[in-house]
Amino acid sequence: MTPVVDVRDLRKVYPLDGAEDVVALRGVDLTIDPGEFVAVMGPSGSGKSTFMHIVGFLDRATSGTYRFSGNDVSGLDGDQLADLRSRALGFVFQAYNLLPRTTAVENVELPMIYAGVPAAERRRAAMEALDAVGLAKYAEHQPNQLSGGQQQRVAIARSIVNKPHLILADEPTGALDTVSSEDVMALFQRLNRERGMTVMLVTHEPDVAAHAKRLVTFRDGNIISDAPIAPKAAVLV
Amino acid sequence: MISMMQTLKLALTALVRNKSRSLLTMLGVVIGVAAVIVTVAIGTGARSSVADQINGLGSNLIVVIPGSVQTTGAKTGTGGASTLTAQDGLAIAKLPGVAAVSPAINIRTQLVANDNNWQTTVTGVATSYTYVRSWPIAEGRFFTQAETDDTAKVAVLGQTVVQQLFPTTDPVGQNVLVRGIPFTVIGTLSPKGQSSAGQDQDDTVLIPYTSALQRLIGGTTVSELMVSAVDAAHIDPVQSEITSLLEQRHGVVAGQPDDFSVRNLADIAQAASATASILGLLLAAVAAVSLLVGGIGIMNIMLVSVTERTREIGLRVALGARSAAILRQFLIEAVVLSTGGGTIGVVLGIIGAGAIALLAHWPTSVPIASVFLALAFSAAVGVFFGYWPARKAAALDPIRALRFE
Repeated sequence: MTPVVDVRDLRKVYPLDGAEDVVALRGVDLTIDPGEFVAVMGPSGSGKSTFMHIVGFLDRATSGTYRFSGNDVSGLDGDQLADLRSRALGFVFQAYNLLPRTTAVENVELPMIYAGVPAAERRRAAMEALDAVGLAKYAEHQPNQLSGGQQQRVAIARSIVNKPHLILADEPTGALDTVSSEDVMALFQRLNRERGMTVMLVTHEPDVAAHAKRLVTFRDGNIISDAPIAPKAAVLV
Repeated sequence: MISMMQTLKLALTALVRNKSRSLLTMLGVVIGVAAVIVTVAIGTGARSSVADQINGLGSNLIVVIPGSVQTTGAKTGTGGASTLTAQDGLAIAKLPGVAAVSPAINIRTQLVANDNNWQTTVTGVATSYTYVRSWPIAEGRFFTQAETDDTAKVAVLGQTVVQQLFPTTDPVGQNVLVRGIPFTVIGTLSPKGQSSAGQDQDDTVLIPYTSALQRLIGGTTVSELMVSAVDAAHIDPVQSEITSLLEQRHGVVAGQPDDFSVRNLADIAQAASATASILGLLLAAVAAVSLLVGGIGIMNIMLVSVTERTREIGLRVALGARSAAILRQFLIEAVVLSTGGGTIGVVLGIIGAGAIALLAHWPTSVPIASVFLALAFSAAVGVFFGYWPARKAAALDPIRALRFE
């Protein structure tokens, strides 16, 4: 099985003028196979965000190799990376980042616009994705008419609509209350279990990380632990 | 990849989401373009009415009038010399480049017909007059060369005279008394309206110049000679030929002032069009300034918009927008704003020009070219002033953009 993410000796250095360079990643090795649900934890400055940005093609490593679904991406230019983001990645952010004054279904369609999907097909796929997150009947609602949990579920629908190889979730529950957090995490679990979606979740909350199947912990630019998580006895769906 | 159509849709959606701001942003260009259209309409209207009046005077017309003469120290004014004759006209007619010549002998007199009377100017002219003045006959006919040779008592009436003397009857075939001499009306002139000096040109009666000279004034000198050059290019050479011919015929000594004056309507036309083009330049300057201000307004709002939508831009990049797609979207937003403003401005300008024509009775005319030029210019304003903000948007670092508060 080809890993979705396969990084070897990944380093990231931010050069600073007149001061010592900041080293964010000091040689990280990690593979994520299809169907995995990986939680990435670590304190601020541990390098987990930098790692996620590199995995998400929003940033480039200083050195090391990154193979995405078997293809080396280090030589790709900005446009090729943008195309890869539109076809193979789904992003979920802490702040939802839905377009204001734009309906839920239009928000979900957005990645497909950049992937060049025809309008009719976009609408169909967007409705299907909204249905998958249980919000089909809110399709014509605008973000300000939805609760925080609902907005984040619209954002999740947007992240899965292109059937990506990998969903990157950056603190997806950071702005949510406990009940909504639980809803959102249950949704990720269901998408992972039922649709085989590969998910990489960045969080600093152990409760949230516990929903994943594997926990990777960063500290000072290194991975200090990488271990499976024992499944919970009862999982709410 | 994302199609142009789709980018246009994205841009329009973004603009519609901010309706009031989009409209306010357009306002600068709206006002600029509307002002341009209205001023161009007034300028064009004024210019074409001047051109109409000049054309109405006659085709490639040169006018010879008697000059000033000095007798024992006292100078008469222009036209005071009584030296210009119909024979001068016949000589001028033989010059190359001359299409036609007509003398004009103006006689202010009271006309009587049936129970009506009216004071007007009776003008003795040649048969070529209708050609020289580009003045067609409305009814009946003009007099012939034979009638001119015979000093026939025939008259052609202007429309104002027709209304005064024959308000209810057909004038053709009836008699008009000119200084007690009955003239038969053989035709009427088509209406010509006001002259550039505001005179009613239709308040006139035309008779053969021979009849005017022999029957009415008993002299040989004429009020003026109207010369028609074959085309506009011949006006200047013909003018100087007339001058040397008449100097020779009148025996003007070299170094002495001429006893006549040759006037060229092209000079008047040139002066008028020079005024119009200075006016046009002024308007163009006003237009340029207002469009510049409108464009800066658009740039300002687009910069604000880029900052305000930093997160949105970061999101679009994360979702797979190429930086070229971001650039295009913001550029198109700016161009849509400016051309939208331009279109509204054109519509308002046309309405404004119509209102001015209606209320102030100024002739206005909106040239199609000015509409397209205004639209093209406003689009160019959008591209020019939208490019920098769009570049800024496309160059944003998505990671920072996504974190932007």
